[in-house]
Amino acid sequence: MILSLSKDSVSIQREQDVVLFRNRLKEVAVKIKMGLLNQTRLITASSEIVRNMLRYADGGIGLIEVVSRGRDNGIRITFTDQGPGIADISLAMRDGYSTGKSLGLGLPGSKRLVDEFDIKSKMGEGTIVMLLKWTR
Amino acid sequence: MDRIPILRMGSFLLVTIQVDLYDRLALTLEADLVQMVNKTQAKGVLIDISAVSIVDSFMGRIVGNIASMSKILDAETVVVGMQPAVAITLIELGLPLKGVHTALDVEKGMALLKTMIGDEEADESEEDDSVAE
Amino acid sequence: MSATSQKVLQKKKKNILEYWMSHQLSDDGLREDLISNEDLRIQSEELIDVLVDNLSETNSIDLHAESWDPVIEILGGISITRARQGFSPRETGNFVFALREAILQVLSEEIKSQPEVLFEESRKIGRIMDHLSVITFETFIKGREEVILRQTDEIAEISTPVIRVWDGILALPIIGTLDSSRTQVVMESLLQEIVETGSGIAILDISGVPAVDSLVAQHLIKTVSATRLMGAECIISGIRPEIAQTVVHLGIDLSNIITKASLASALAYAFKSLKLEVKKANVLTKI
Repeated sequence: MILSLSKDSVSIQREQDVVLFRNRLKEVAVKIKMGLLNQTRLITASSEIVRNMLRYADGGIGLIEVVSRGRDNGIRITFTDQGPGIADISLAMRDGYSTGKSLGLGLPGSKRLVDEFDIKSKMGEGTIVMLLKWTR
Repeated sequence: MDRIPILRMGSFLLVTIQVDLYDRLALTLEADLVQMVNKTQAKGVLIDISAVSIVDSFMGRIVGNIASMSKILDAETVVVGMQPAVAITLIELGLPLKGVHTALDVEKGMALLKTMIGDEEADESEEDDSVAE
Repeated sequence: MSATSQKVLQKKKKNILEYWMSHQLSDDGLREDLISNEDLRIQSEELIDVLVDNLSETNSIDLHAESWDPVIEILGGISITRARQGFSPRETGNFVFALREAILQVLSEEIKSQPEVLFEESRKIGRIMDHLSVITFETFIKGREEVILRQTDEIAEISTPVIRVWDGILALPIIGTLDSSRTQVVMESLLQEIVETGSGIAILDISGVPAVDSLVAQHLIKTVSATRLMGAECIISGIRPEIAQTVVHLGIDLSNIITKASLASALAYAFKSLKLEVKKANVLTKI
């Protein structure tokens, strides 16, 4: 069972918010003593999602939660946007696929960097991406 | 508007990235650097990222772009000082930065650039028919 | 619990403790080497205190209720300490089972005139004690697991020494099975050491690794790629013929990686790329 210990909602509207969001995330990660490598993985993964959100959905909201399961602590981030949605999630999760001009590593790459990854999308309503990384 | 300073050292250009790059800053750096390579006829570009804690796919792409663009303008690019956590993350992300040379620190990066350019010049003087890849 | 039995238990707390102690002290599994009789008495008394107080205060036998937290906490503490001290599961189990015996003994002495009440109360006590036994075992095993996890961490740390074999050359001999979490430790400590020493070449010696499957190979490739991104070279040495066979049979592509059969040849390669020469000294024979 995963318990949520604290919640912190950050709005992401502009490019500069990416750096702000990273810093907020870094603070939380340091507080729960997440190792440097896992911090870097989590921040890089969320960076990819935030970038997607800005590019395709004009921004959204990132919810940073400290969670615990047994003796493990971790961070769960839920990104919610009201963008156009993703037509074919399995295609979007494939390496090298992109509708924009990027490398197409964003979604599959960030999935590789975290312990749990979930994506839900509805055309015309928006997309929700969940990332979870344990401290160890 | 913020800009990342580009230093000129002989026939090399040196860039030290001290802040977390957001998109526009990175794109400006890419444009500035390519302009500088062209203007100064630089033979090598050294990018020090030892102070950078996060490199995502966008940043990685910018670095790759700079290397490819400089290559077309006949300059080699060396990225130095990548943090271990950043290196592991980039590999896991699926971005091995092919075509970008790397070195542990600025000093070793300079030495690498010198040998690369030296080799090239030696090749040219020998008028070897084989073209380096 | 019914009011009568609540009163009985509260009144006879001392008796329960005495019975329980005599059960424990007469048990074959008594471990005087691990816990002194006084400590055992203090532990037992503490547990009985909270348990009986709780039985008298609430009618609930629902162990998930908050009121049971203090009991569970004390019992959990005792079980975890016992796991760490090296008690066997049987010894820990008997500790709780003997308490059940003691309580039932007191109850049957005090309310033997009302067999129906006695039966009802015994059932309730039985159910509560069953719950407590389960908790005891859960926490006992958790305690053991913690010990194991701590040792695993220790092993992971001591088994990945990064050796500076020469100025600019690092070696990391890996001994034992490589799994994901261990490779992680190996990779991190190697890369960290590369930064700290400014070494341009790292040798990963896998002669002590019993088997290489595709996952291990993938980890190795990842380590090599990450080293390159940092600007250093990583050589893999100590590849035994069997491992070469499995690697090819599994279709793993190691062609981008510098591999050497032995640590010696990896070192020779490293010397060569650093433009170093190792020569036999000219020994001048004195006349």
